Amino acid sequence: MPAGLLGIEELERPEIEAILSRAKDFQPLQSQSLKKLDALRGKLIVNLFYEASTRTRTSFEIAAKRLGADAVSITAASSSVSKGESLVDTLNTLAAMRPDAIVMRHSASGAPHFLSRHLPTPIINAGDGTHEHPTQALLDARTILDRRERLEGLRVAIIGDIAHSRVARSNIHLLAKFGVEIVLCGPASLLPKELTQLAPSVRLTTDIREAIRDTDVIMMLRVQLERQHEANFPASEYFQFYGLRLEHLDAAKPDAIVMHPGPINRGRELSSEVADFQRSVILNQVENGIAVRMAVLERIIG
Amino acid sequence: MAILIKNGRVIDPASATDRIDDVLIVGGKIAGVGTSLPTAGTEIFDASGLIVAPGFIDMHVHLREPGFEHAETIESGARAAAAGGFTSICAMPNTKPVNDSATVTSYIVEKARRMAVVNVFPIGAITKGSQGEELAALGAMKAAGAVAVSDDGRPVMNSRVMRRAMEFARSYGLPVIDHCEDLNLSAGGDMHEGALSVRWGLRGIPSASEDVMVARDLVLAQLTGARFHVAHISTRNAVAMVEYARLQGLPVTCEATPHHFSLTHEDMLPYDSNYKMKPPLRAACDRGAVVDGIVRGTVSAIATDHAPHAGSDKMQEFEACPFGIIGLETALASALEELVYPGKITLNRLVELFTTGPESVLRLGRGTLSPGAPGDVTIFGADFQWTYDVNQSCSRSRNSPFHGRTFRGGPVATIVNGELAWRRA
Repeated sequence: MPAGLLGIEELERPEIEAILSRAKDFQPLQSQSLKKLDALRGKLIVNLFYEASTRTRTSFEIAAKRLGADAVSITAASSSVSKGESLVDTLNTLAAMRPDAIVMRHSASGAPHFLSRHLPTPIINAGDGTHEHPTQALLDARTILDRRERLEGLRVAIIGDIAHSRVARSNIHLLAKFGVEIVLCGPASLLPKELTQLAPSVRLTTDIREAIRDTDVIMMLRVQLERQHEANFPASEYFQFYGLRLEHLDAAKPDAIVMHPGPINRGRELSSEVADFQRSVILNQVENGIAVRMAVLERIIG
Repeated sequence: MAILIKNGRVIDPASATDRIDDVLIVGGKIAGVGTSLPTAGTEIFDASGLIVAPGFIDMHVHLREPGFEHAETIESGARAAAAGGFTSICAMPNTKPVNDSATVTSYIVEKARRMAVVNVFPIGAITKGSQGEELAALGAMKAAGAVAVSDDGRPVMNSRVMRRAMEFARSYGLPVIDHCEDLNLSAGGDMHEGALSVRWGLRGIPSASEDVMVARDLVLAQLTGARFHVAHISTRNAVAMVEYARLQGLPVTCEATPHHFSLTHEDMLPYDSNYKMKPPLRAACDRGAVVDGIVRGTVSAIATDHAPHAGSDKMQEFEACPFGIIGLETALASALEELVYPGKITLNRLVELFTTGPESVLRLGRGTLSPGAPGDVTIFGADFQWTYDVNQSCSRSRNSPFHGRTFRGGPVATIVNGELAWRRA
């Protein structure tokens, strides 16, 4: 990993494997009473969040602290952004304070890529618009690997608003690098046909039952109302056709797991019963988020 | 004041001239083309090894004045034009205020007369404020110097308004130029809709947004009999439709920009705003169709859509950046590189695309070296190498995807109304 972590697309498979393996080392730490290491003591990490976030920001903050680094979190509403400062100027200002990395979330696709061309500081992408969310894909892979020997040969269904999902894009890039069979499913207007060109082994369907058949992993996506710039589908019938219900799971493999990047909307993209289902691993994903982000931070600034 | 341009290869498509010869300009007018022209009292320009052509016309330029002088002025834009080999440019009306009245048209004409080293011809707005609702004062603008009407980047969505505009424009003898884009289909888009927009998580501008509007406008042109011109054509379907309309005998023309005939969305540096423009860089098949259209004569003119934006406006998140790139200084070199050297068109055809082509749309009385014509001459070379450094641009803006590119051939000197406006250092 040269400078930072902008996306999964440009990562080589061995780098992904190294992060996932290192994250496994950090997993036991999460349940110890003494959780703090000093690998990054004296390092400064700035978390710059231009979009609302609970779990990602907190997760990065905790990951930094558990490695002994100092972490400062800035949200757009309380910063000079609200005074009209441009993104480049804000980042240059922060870079002048010499952080060792900037963790950044922004509503514009490519914002961290654009900035990385103008900044000396490594940037870790914590979600850019509808483009990528690399640490989410890494923690999802870690979560799958906690329950499966390997990714190769698995079938994964990703269901929901694929068009606007950075989680989907990062997961597609990661899983495809490991030869996973990927089925994308959602309403036609949120499922552009060009998605098949993202990676080999990507298939599209608008039928949730077909997507789930014989699948090992079901990834549900949040319906991103804030990214619907137009009426892409009638919201009233979304749950009827694309909401995951317990009866759907019969068609999947018997040990199939259900994932969701959160925050979940019970009764919109999945039923309450599915959210609390025993093979739902939504909270394991959250837990793994810290271990994976520790591995990423250590790799970039360690 | 007289200039004798000696020993150049004189290419004047209007008079079917292509031979080594001399061109004499006296009193701001072309005095003649020949070998035994009087030399007494003339300044000699040795054009040996160079091509001497009628002054190039760029029918699609944004000069940003009045209103956005931090990005460009009539003075700086005109200098960039001269450095690109252009002797005449047409200024789109999306200034502040919009050029929708004789007052603004006159202001541009007057300012250009005092400040510009090239001829500047205003294009008036179709509707007041380019709001797409109420027709602007088309006749009064024409009387003040407007040579065409267009709402350029804010195309008239209301078909009835467009119909009336075409009817009036026809009666005043004005061509109607449309930036063909269905704003509902393209809403929110930042680049060509395709595999890359999906990959990069950017919202797409579908080719259909151009196709739908070209189709509508061609139907309205047929209905009204107006002279209709498609600006910066970029899609395969649009080229096909214009070709069809021309075969039907409609007075329909179109222009192509250097970036649309030389680049596709696959050439984009991801999230780099120097590749953000409207219409967007499209797919390889679209670029191919535009080149074919140029080769076959469907495309009448090369126009730059020179669109300066201040550095701070382009140094933003991709989706926040304004659309457009500068293009005056690289147009001729791009055309040589992409069209002439690969053998797609001849040098004669290239000169047509910059002279008689736009002249046939605009009827400025220029674009020829016939005796008595305005003394506008473009002298260019096809052999020397040079590298475009946007930081040395005469434009006030720096937004070009061609920065750092090495070209073979380009403008050498630009003579406007008998005066040397620019010469390669």
